[in-house]
Amino acid sequence: MLTFLGQRLIQALIVMFVISLVAFAIQDNLGDPLREMVGQSVSLAERQALRDEMGLNDPYLTKYSRFIVNALHGDLGTSYFLKKPVLDIILDKLQATLELVFGAALIILFVSIPLGVYSAIHPKSISTKIIMTLSSLGISVPVFLTAIMLMYIFSIELNWLPSYGRGDTINVWGWETGFLTKDGLLHLILPCISLASIMLPLFIRLVRSEMLEALGSEYVKFATAKGLSLQKIYYQHALKNTMLPVITVGGVQIGTMIAYTILTETVFQWPGTGFLFLDAINRVDTPVITAYVIFVGLIFVVTNTFVDLLYGLINPTVDITGKGA
Amino acid sequence: MNNTISSHVKPANAWVRFKNSDFIYYFLKDKTAMLGFAFFLAFLMAAIFAPLIAPTNPYDLLNIDLMDAELPPVWITDGDPRFLLGTDDQGRDILSTILYGARLSLTIGFCAVALQLVMGIIIGLSSGYFGGKIDTFLMRCADIQLSFSTMMIAIILSAIFKASFGPEFYSQYAVLMLILIIGFAEWPQYARTIRASVLAERQKEYVEAAKVMGLDSIRIMFRHILPNCLSPILVISTVQIANAIMSEAALSFLGLGLPIDQPSLGALINTGFQYIFSGQWWIAAFPGIVLVSLVLVINVLGDWLRDVFNPKIYKG
Repeated sequence: MLTFLGQRLIQALIVMFVISLVAFAIQDNLGDPLREMVGQSVSLAERQALRDEMGLNDPYLTKYSRFIVNALHGDLGTSYFLKKPVLDIILDKLQATLELVFGAALIILFVSIPLGVYSAIHPKSISTKIIMTLSSLGISVPVFLTAIMLMYIFSIELNWLPSYGRGDTINVWGWETGFLTKDGLLHLILPCISLASIMLPLFIRLVRSEMLEALGSEYVKFATAKGLSLQKIYYQHALKNTMLPVITVGGVQIGTMIAYTILTETVFQWPGTGFLFLDAINRVDTPVITAYVIFVGLIFVVTNTFVDLLYGLINPTVDITGKGA
Repeated sequence: MNNTISSHVKPANAWVRFKNSDFIYYFLKDKTAMLGFAFFLAFLMAAIFAPLIAPTNPYDLLNIDLMDAELPPVWITDGDPRFLLGTDDQGRDILSTILYGARLSLTIGFCAVALQLVMGIIIGLSSGYFGGKIDTFLMRCADIQLSFSTMMIAIILSAIFKASFGPEFYSQYAVLMLILIIGFAEWPQYARTIRASVLAERQKEYVEAAKVMGLDSIRIMFRHILPNCLSPILVISTVQIANAIMSEAALSFLGLGLPIDQPSLGALINTGFQYIFSGQWWIAAFPGIVLVSLVLVINVLGDWLRDVFNPKIYKG
């Protein structure tokens, strides 16, 4: 287990190193911090002197090590456009994104497990056929289209729900949350459903196939032979064993969800990190782009390493040294 | 001797063999597959012959009249019989833009998958065939890249490309850029699939025989092993084309893909989205329907292929 832990940590560090190289390459090649600072009026000689002073003419390695040292100290630069430290901006916007992801995860959890279990227990019923057809249809609908459709139906035609923004939020120990106000909750509904829609088909199918496998296994047959009630077999024995893959896949998919927040946030103008990133690209706000890449990279690496470790812990049969693979 | 061998692989014979194969047998038995294939063919034809079918040429500025902008479809009052599905904000006929857009989406989808295929075959074959350190390294890279969700990689790559080449250059070469981006973002899927089947094939006797005969590795890899890995490749290719079309649509929707004067389905939906608040739903709706049905049809075909090549699923 310790070698496995060490391997995974080293791998995570290597990946973060590569990400930092990519991020640095973006920072170094895009945008000239000097131009942002001084404007057009400064002469070439003065610029050159300033460049030397700021260390912009240093060798690549020196610049890279300075970048890393700064980044490790939490200094990822200052946004050209918003004139604030990038880290503060991202941490600020991250609250909105995390609330969106959390809401979507709740929906996925409470919809996919019952539907998946139901369709596994009643494989021949019409409802199952409907669920499965809808889920294959769902895979083919891009998330932004779902979002636009929901928005058109519920906020433009029916006028039931607000169409953009976060609505009222209240501050709970430094965290701006929309979960505790009625307006905030109403604003959360559509974006969360859209984001959940991209993962729902996958999870319904996953729960269903795992449940089917569990129902065909020896211990379920034994439990039936013993005369246990069906409810008990389904929910106490079989369901427990389907949860392991659901947890691990779920962990990995959190990273993917963050990627899809870019699309959802764009449609609903949700003031989160994805929306910020897209704005930054359009304005060529290099420090924000760099910081976002590092940040997202970090989230992916941390969740993946964590899921790997968790999987190794929960399921001892998995070959954790990876030699057999 | 040589003559008899070559006469066996005449095209006519190959055709007969193809006609009598299990593949065609299952295909003719399955109505969903046939329907899906028919629709796919229809999409393909519509895309290829778009310049002939389309009522107007949406790229030709002379044909566009701003006075025609935002007209609804024919069956709604105010509809203009010249524009079956209405017009967009610049007065372009939506039917024509959809046909041209589907053409672009399909082109990008196919080319990006071709690029993935080439990368995947080279990496997957060498990884599976040589094994050892090369294999470990390449597959670690693939795993790591896969863990980052292809959508994220595609978005970040296109952001980097767009920012470093400048928006004008980027939109000028948008098709090429998107092919590169989507191609690069999804190679691990192919590499892993191909590696898995190479690992299984490598153990077999014909490979052993080829080695004993003294054939070089490249020849064994490409002439002997690769043809035996074709069915999984075919299966994931369909899914990958659907994915590539979705990715392209998403990137174009975010404004990181094709420019407005050369719209793909995603870019059309993006334009339409800005007008949905003022009630012009048709600008976004029709490209959306086409996009969804195109992806759906390809996915249906992919599902069917997987079932045909994996009879195990039926037994389970």
